[in-house]
Amino acid sequence: MSKVRIAQLSCGPEYSGVQKEIEEAARAVDAELFYPDIRLEDIRSGFDSFGLDVRSPDLRLSIARARALVEGKIEADAVFIATCFRCAEAAIVRNELRRYIAENSKLPVVSYSFTERTTAGTLLTRMEALTTIARRRALLAREIQEGLTLGIDSGSSTTKAVVMRDNQIIGTGWLPTTGVLASAESAIELALQQAGVKRSEIQAVGTTGYGRFLVGEKIKADLIQEELTVNSKGAVYLADTQHGPSTVIDIGGMDNKAISVQDGIPGTFTMGGICAGASGRFLEMTAKRLGVDITELGPLALKGMAKKVPMNSYCIVFGTQSLVNALAAGSTPEDVAAAACHSVAEQVFEQQLQEIDIKTPVIMVGGTSLIEGLVKAMGDLLQVEIVVPHHSQYIGAVGSALLASGFIKG
Amino acid sequence: MAKVFIYPTTSLILSDLVARFGHTPLSAALQVRERIQTPGLESPPLQITPEDPKKGLRYAAVEVPSGVRGRMALYGPMIEEAEAAIIIHDADYSFGCMGCARTNELIQFLLRKKGIPILDLRYPRTDEEGVEFVAAIQEFLKSLPGGSP
Repeated sequence: MSKVRIAQLSCGPEYSGVQKEIEEAARAVDAELFYPDIRLEDIRSGFDSFGLDVRSPDLRLSIARARALVEGKIEADAVFIATCFRCAEAAIVRNELRRYIAENSKLPVVSYSFTERTTAGTLLTRMEALTTIARRRALLAREIQEGLTLGIDSGSSTTKAVVMRDNQIIGTGWLPTTGVLASAESAIELALQQAGVKRSEIQAVGTTGYGRFLVGEKIKADLIQEELTVNSKGAVYLADTQHGPSTVIDIGGMDNKAISVQDGIPGTFTMGGICAGASGRFLEMTAKRLGVDITELGPLALKGMAKKVPMNSYCIVFGTQSLVNALAAGSTPEDVAAAACHSVAEQVFEQQLQEIDIKTPVIMVGGTSLIEGLVKAMGDLLQVEIVVPHHSQYIGAVGSALLASGFIKG
Repeated sequence: MAKVFIYPTTSLILSDLVARFGHTPLSAALQVRERIQTPGLESPPLQITPEDPKKGLRYAAVEVPSGVRGRMALYGPMIEEAEAAIIIHDADYSFGCMGCARTNELIQFLLRKKGIPILDLRYPRTDEEGVEFVAAIQEFLKSLPGGSP
C-alpha cells in the first residue's frame, strides 16, 4: 500500500518541540508528511489574493500553501493544519483555511491546536481518520451491510457488540468496560446469543474504539478502524441519510467528536478530549450525585429549567460543586439535571461545533444520545431538530459491522 | 567589538555585514547550529524539544502560546547578551524572515527595554534606498565600541 501524502500547513510546531510527535503519528498510520514547496512570488500572490491580512509570516506561508493545494499546483492526499493553542491570529487562519480547503477541494483536512505537551498518541486517531478517508474511499462508500458480520466498539466507558445479517441488526451486547478483552468477549457473547448464531458462522469482523487494536488483534478482526470514520458511517447508515451533507455529534465518555459528513464520508472533523466537564462522564457524575440511574437523567432534565441553576464553571470538579450548591440552596433535581445537560452541550457547542460547518441533518450518536435532556439542550443551542437514530448507542459497532462486510471473501 | 542582535535574526546579509565591521552578530543561524550539533538530542528539524517552551517561560508567561515561548528560548538568551541591535522593518522574505508576529513584537520590546543602541531601518525598495540602507548600517556599526573603520 502506498504512503498517504499529507501536506502540513503549520505555524509553531518546530518551535514547540512537537514536530517530532506529529511526524511519529503520521508514520504510525503509514503516512508521509511534507511541507508544500512554493516559490517566493507564489507566497506573496497566494497570500494577497486570499485576502486575510495576518501579520505572522508562517501563517502567510500556510495560506499560500493552501492556495497552491486547492489550485492543484501541488499534489497531496490529505491536509493537516496545526497551530499553537491560545494564538488568536493562528486560530482565525486555521479555521478559515480548513473551511477554504473543504469548500474548494476534495482533500480531507484536519486541524489541531497544540501545546508543548501534545504527543503522538493524542494525534494518532486524527491521523488515522485522515489517512482512512484518503486511502479507503471505496470502503467508506459502502451503503449496505451484506452477509453475517460482527462489529465491536471497545470504548472508554462501555463496550458494545453488534451482529448484523443482510442489512439487519440481529443481535446486540452492551457492557461497561472493565478489562478491555474480557468486556469485549462478554459483549460479543451477548450479541451472538441474541442473534442466535455461532462465532464460527461470522464471515467478517470489524473493531473500533479505544481498545480496537487490542481487541482486533485478539479476535483476528478483518477491519480495525478508528471511531471517527466508523461512527460517521454508522450514523448516516442508521439515520438513512447516506447521501448529501450531515453533521454527526458523538459526546463520549472520554472525548467528543463533531464530524461534518458528505455522502457518508467525513470531511472536516474535530475531536476534543481535554476537559471532562464536556463529556459523558460529567453527566454520569451528575446522575450519581442526584441518586438516579444515568438512564433516568434525560427524562429528569426534560422536566427542568437549566437557567434556574447558576453554573460558574465548565470544570468537572467545580461544575459538580455548582450543582451540589444548587441542590443545597433548594434547586430541584430536575433543574440540576437540565443545567448539567445544558453545560455539556454548551461546551461542545462553544469549543468544537464552531470549528466545523453545521449542516442538517444533525445526528447525535453514542450512549449520551439516549439522554434526552442533552439532545434537547444541543438542539436548542443549534436551533435544529436533532436526529437520534435507532441503536444510536451501538453506532461504532454498527459502523464496524457494516464496513466489515466489505471484507467477506468469495 | 560589540555583540549585535540582528532582526530578522535569519538574515545572512545582515549577519555578514556585522561580522565585516568586526562585531559579533547574534543570529538564529548560530543558535540553531549549536543545537543541531548537540549530541543526544533527537527533535528535528531544529532540535527544539518540549523542554524549550518551558525555558521560554523566563520571557513569556504560561498563557503565551508554546510556539512563542519555544522561539523565546532560542532568542531570549541572545537578547540578554546583546550590546546593540539592528532592526529592519518590513523586510522582504528573501532578506530574512521570522515566522511569528507575536514573538517579533516581544523581541523588539525586550531589546528596547534594555536601553542598548538600536538602529531602526525600513527595508529598501529602490537602488537609491539600498545605498542609503547599507551606509546607515555601516555608520551605526562604526559607532559601536570596537567597530573597525
